[in-house]
Amino acid sequence: MKQTSSSHVVLAHGGGGELTRKLLSERVIPRLANEFLDPLTDSAVLPAVEGEICFTTDSYVVEPLIFPGGDIGRLAICGTVNDLAVMGARPLALSVGLILEEGLPLELLDRVVDSMAAAAKEAAVPVVTGDTKVIEQRGGSGMTITTAGVGAMRAGFRPGAGLIEAGDRVIVSGLIAEHGLAVMAARESLGIDSLLKSDAAPLAGLVKTVCDACHTIRFVRDPTRGGVAGVVADLVDDAALGVEIEESALPIAPAVRHAAELLGLDPLTVANEGKIVIVVSEEDAERALEACRSHPLGRAATIVGRIVESDPPLAELITRIGGRLVIQRPYGEELPRIC
Amino acid sequence: MAVGKNLREDPQVLIQAINEICLELDTIRLMEVCGTHTVSLFRSGVRSLLPANLRLVSGPGCPVCVTSQGYIDAAIDATRLDNVTLCTYGDMLRVPGRAGSLESRRAEGAAIEICYSIRDALRYAGANKDRQVIFLSVGFETTAPAAAQAVLEAEQKDLQNFTILSGHKLVMPALGALLASGDMPIDGFLLPGHVSVIIGSDAYADLVDVHAKCCAVAGFEPLQMLSAIRALAAQLRHGTPRLENVYGVAVSGAGNRHALSSLDRVFDEADTVWRAMGTIPLSGLELKDEFGRFDARKRFGLTIGDDYDPPGCRCGEVIQGRLDPPDCALFGAECTHEQPIGPCMVSGEGTCAAWYRYGPAKTQGGRP
Repeated sequence: MKQTSSSHVVLAHGGGGELTRKLLSERVIPRLANEFLDPLTDSAVLPAVEGEICFTTDSYVVEPLIFPGGDIGRLAICGTVNDLAVMGARPLALSVGLILEEGLPLELLDRVVDSMAAAAKEAAVPVVTGDTKVIEQRGGSGMTITTAGVGAMRAGFRPGAGLIEAGDRVIVSGLIAEHGLAVMAARESLGIDSLLKSDAAPLAGLVKTVCDACHTIRFVRDPTRGGVAGVVADLVDDAALGVEIEESALPIAPAVRHAAELLGLDPLTVANEGKIVIVVSEEDAERALEACRSHPLGRAATIVGRIVESDPPLAELITRIGGRLVIQRPYGEELPRIC
Repeated sequence: MAVGKNLREDPQVLIQAINEICLELDTIRLMEVCGTHTVSLFRSGVRSLLPANLRLVSGPGCPVCVTSQGYIDAAIDATRLDNVTLCTYGDMLRVPGRAGSLESRRAEGAAIEICYSIRDALRYAGANKDRQVIFLSVGFETTAPAAAQAVLEAEQKDLQNFTILSGHKLVMPALGALLASGDMPIDGFLLPGHVSVIIGSDAYADLVDVHAKCCAVAGFEPLQMLSAIRALAAQLRHGTPRLENVYGVAVSGAGNRHALSSLDRVFDEADTVWRAMGTIPLSGLELKDEFGRFDARKRFGLTIGDDYDPPGCRCGEVIQGRLDPPDCALFGAECTHEQPIGPCMVSGEGTCAAWYRYGPAKTQGGRP
């Protein structure tokens, strides 16, 4: 099919002229519309906030752009919302930078922007400012998104590894390893994609529910790249305490377990985009668990382990048969194995 | 039926039984031949539950680890050929050769695709007829039948742009060579389920009949591995080496005739160089002459050069069960998962990678 400016992104879409104006005013801005974005001033003006401000940014590349359970747009909104959420912040506003490769079908762009709008609505955060650039075709996936977000810190709440004590419990908010395996299965056409779905979801509501319910939340983190293993390895480094995770308690869907075995990957090291790892005091653990489960995104929450005194500090997995092994953060790109 | 009973048994009961039997034994050394066993024994926690006088040592069963440096160098040479896309399993990517690794070649822009199986490479060749596709076909009897099938399919479709660089190896000749060296203090073998499905448990007869070693074939579930280890310990206590098969559900005496006949149809057994073990007679698979046009060596004039050790690297001893990784001076110091020097640290099935990944010796049983 011939690529024209009415069906595909062309370099002129990024030139700042009429085509740029048309692209934005017809395809992007109406989809994201809100009172802060609509004036289209050079910067968005936001209302004053009481207390401290939380500010974060992240860039998103994923191949394929659309995968079971989500797409790069949903990922870009949820990822940044979640970076604010795990600090205990209430997300206030997001920015979106789109870098499009020429040749990207406009239909695909529409779909991604629709998906960003839906995710922003779900998270109740407006996209208040943005930018679009077009670059020459480079054989990439066709689109890169950078989002930034500001949030209002929760008064008196500053979770961190420094608060963790021996005896604290470790909770994961649901089924793990879904996002990474869904993307990998889609990318490699494994034929098992239909059973796997990314869990990408905005988590500010879930974190708020948990923090409202109990006041001894020590630490919250979203186990994205590096998975739960990466989070507990960081925890051990930062808190100088040990962590024991019960393998039998880890919530893993059968299809995910199967796909991980097929690929020789450890579900503990696979990325999540809609889960949190929480460390909470022993006495508040059940309350935090109940709070998680009361939220639609935390129904399968489980206490998976506890913080222990350990010298040297180690993250250990207690296996199904009662054995022990050390949990380490994975190195770089996880590669599928032979046979 | 014995297998059903074993599978239903409680891991705690098996662990207790192994510990009780080992009380009556001196130090025993069992070799797990297969890299998947090496990893599963760590990953399941089995190693951490074994008595201190039961030593598990790794054998020459990690496909990447036994591949000679000469093969790695030939693969890297292939990436410099015009119009060639190299297809490979992910594990091979980071093995260092004389001139960098495939990973560094990929970063330099070489066309290298990661595949999950040879079928991916075949598909890639079918969809990219303007490229010459070379598949790095390594592995034991587990991956070789799929390679044979792929070559037959390429012939049937008359694919002009698909070749393999065969590095396939056979398990039994390597075990024979290990034992023939005469200085291997191995009391028994934990034999690999996957390979055994193909070659059948009868293939191991010489280990018992000629070398008087205890043998047990097992799958990769903790209960199976524990059952096999208990069986081996019991054989040693009674002094009655024999071949037990706790994977009878999948492994027959004669193996998979269909897979074996496709191997016979496409490959010849050939003398092959193993990492650090030298040339072992009839221990590898080369394409028969009639399939020569699918042989990357013949089509592109690739030569598999000498094997050599990276300086200081003792992977050769590790894959022969002569050395535990922490006893190599490079382990965890110069050689890490982030910056591997030898293949045993690179591969997901590698012994050094398993030791490095699953933690310090203090949490792992079976070490003095």
